[in-house]
Amino acid sequence: MEKIIEVKELRKEFKSHSSRSGLKGAFRDLLTRNYKVIPAVNDISFSVKRGEMVGYIGENGAGKSTSIKMLTGILTPTSGAVRVNGMDPHKEREQFVRSIGVVFGQRSQLWWDIAVQESFRLLKKVYNVPDEVYHDHMSHVIDSLDIGPLLDKPVRKLSLGQRMRCELAAALLHNPPLLFLDEPTIGLDVLVKLKIREFLKEMNARYNTTILLTTHDLSDIEALCERVVMLDEGKIIYDGGLSSLRSNWGEGKQIEFQFADTAVTKETLQPLLAEMEAAWTPGGRPNVWIANVLNEEQVISEVIGRVVAAHKITDLKVHEISIEDIIRNIYEEGVKNG
Amino acid sequence: MGKYIEMIRIRFLMMLAYRTNYYSGILIYSINIGAYYFLWNAIYGDKGSIEGMSALQMTSYIAIAWMARAFYFNNIDREIAQEIKEGKVAVELIRPYNYLLMKTMQGLGEGIFRLSFFSFPGMVIVALIFPIAFSADPVTWLLFAVALVFSFLINMQINLLTGILTFFFYNNTGLIRAKRVIIDLFSGLLLPISFFPGWAQQIMNFLPFQGISYVPSMIFTESFSGSEVIHAVLLQIVWVFILVLPIQTLWLIARKQLVVQGG
Ligand SMILES: Nc1ncnc2c1ncn2[C@@H]1O[C@H](COP(=O)(O)OP(=O)(O)OP(=O)(O)O)[C@@H](O)[C@H]1O
Ligand SMILES: [Mg+2]
Repeated sequence: MEKIIEVKELRKEFKSHSSRSGLKGAFRDLLTRNYKVIPAVNDISFSVKRGEMVGYIGENGAGKSTSIKMLTGILTPTSGAVRVNGMDPHKEREQFVRSIGVVFGQRSQLWWDIAVQESFRLLKKVYNVPDEVYHDHMSHVIDSLDIGPLLDKPVRKLSLGQRMRCELAAALLHNPPLLFLDEPTIGLDVLVKLKIREFLKEMNARYNTTILLTTHDLSDIEALCERVVMLDEGKIIYDGGLSSLRSNWGEGKQIEFQFADTAVTKETLQPLLAEMEAAWTPGGRPNVWIANVLNEEQVISEVIGRVVAAHKITDLKVHEISIEDIIRNIYEEGVKNG
Repeated sequence: MGKYIEMIRIRFLMMLAYRTNYYSGILIYSINIGAYYFLWNAIYGDKGSIEGMSALQMTSYIAIAWMARAFYFNNIDREIAQEIKEGKVAVELIRPYNYLLMKTMQGLGEGIFRLSFFSFPGMVIVALIFPIAFSADPVTWLLFAVALVFSFLINMQINLLTGILTFFFYNNTGLIRAKRVIIDLFSGLLLPISFFPGWAQQIMNFLPFQGISYVPSMIFTESFSGSEVIHAVLLQIVWVFILVLPIQTLWLIARKQLVVQGG
């Protein structure tokens, strides 16, 4: 299948100035500034195929927005190669941006003081959308997002959720094959969230629109994306199916063993999980280890049976794991232990 | 091209949305014209002419200079600065248009709005109150219109330049304010260039500012004669071309090292 996004060794560094302390320091700052170079995006590589919906996740400050800004041609990469829709986003900007739609949840792209429909009309001209195509496509978008009654209101008078739905419609006005969404559901209520998810799914099904989505609401990801790319401090720490993330990190269950023997190591425990879909992660203390297993009675009993047969334990707990827990574990520990 | 024309229309609508600014504008301009009218009348006393301009030409000059200002003046520089500071340029860069050209069109939309709802009716009222000489020669009107377009362009380019400088000096409100004072003073809005001392005139001949206000006002009051008019308009055109260069250069540099503020 054809690759819509191709990123190789992409890097973006920011210079961050630090001020010296004291009056003397302030004077020295006037002459020479001290600065540190921070790699916000640190040599990442990945690709996205047409029609995929990819969740791009990571902690605050992981570098998600920075990557999206490079993918959309707003920022110049420090180094590395980006090809999106077969173009270099920065070099062929005007041509390139016609082939993408972007929503930044944190800033509006509509003109604040004029009615929504005036913004749409301007965008229609900007993207050269022919009348019939516009009416066909937009009447459907307006219906699905239920924004018909909002069209004659100035943007500044809309609520956040109302505005976000209009933003989404505006981003899709020229029916781009690729959509970037940077926190599109931030601050929205459950119903609006659901509506937006339904809508995105429908666009994907109908036009095979490729979607790259960042969000801190993992239920968005669960509802929409089969694949996630996880970023931590500018590096990709996981790129793969959401379902394999689940099974790698134990679908549903974590079994926490507290061993009597403090000398147990991962190596000694590893053989116990042989030929099973399970993995060990260290617990809080040296003698505590957690087996991440599939939520199947057979596997759970088998693991407990084997471990208890091989080692003396002083405590045993079984936890339910949600995707949120899994992701939090990864953020906290990194994938290396998995 | 359609998108740029549409932008003019949008700006027109935005101006309508903020009508109060417009009413207060009328007041400020009337006060200015009135004040300068009385000031110049006092200066002229019973002298027939100063620096080759009669008292009547002078009052017409003042009135038309302010009315022209309503057309060319805008705060696009401040808008650009704000969009850069708030990181809104990011959004502008994902649109398939030339940002600076779009800003120019917004300035034009604003100018056309004020020209039609402010300068024309304002000029009628001013002409009723104060004696003002309107030329009967259509050529004068045509040349004035041409000069006015270039005065808009020069002023706009200087605004773009000051706006873009925000990329380099993060906080440039001081620069923007200084620019405003310089333009009002050196463009001939407050005082015709011919009234400045000789050495100052020499310097100003090498600056683009007189193309903004002095040239169209002198043409309107017929204080320039034949070849002077052509020379003045040509100078305006030359400046429009010269100013393209630093704008494009700075814009390219800025785009390359652009840092967008905020997530
Ligand atoms: N304009 C800038 N100047 C300096 N550093 C910046 C700038 N923009 C971002 N950074 C730094 O780059 C890193 C990544 O920021 P980015 O906005 O990409 O994070 P993010 O993953 O989108 O986070 P969030 O989930 O909070 O939106 C952060 O450490 C941030 O401090
Ligand atoms: Mg972000």
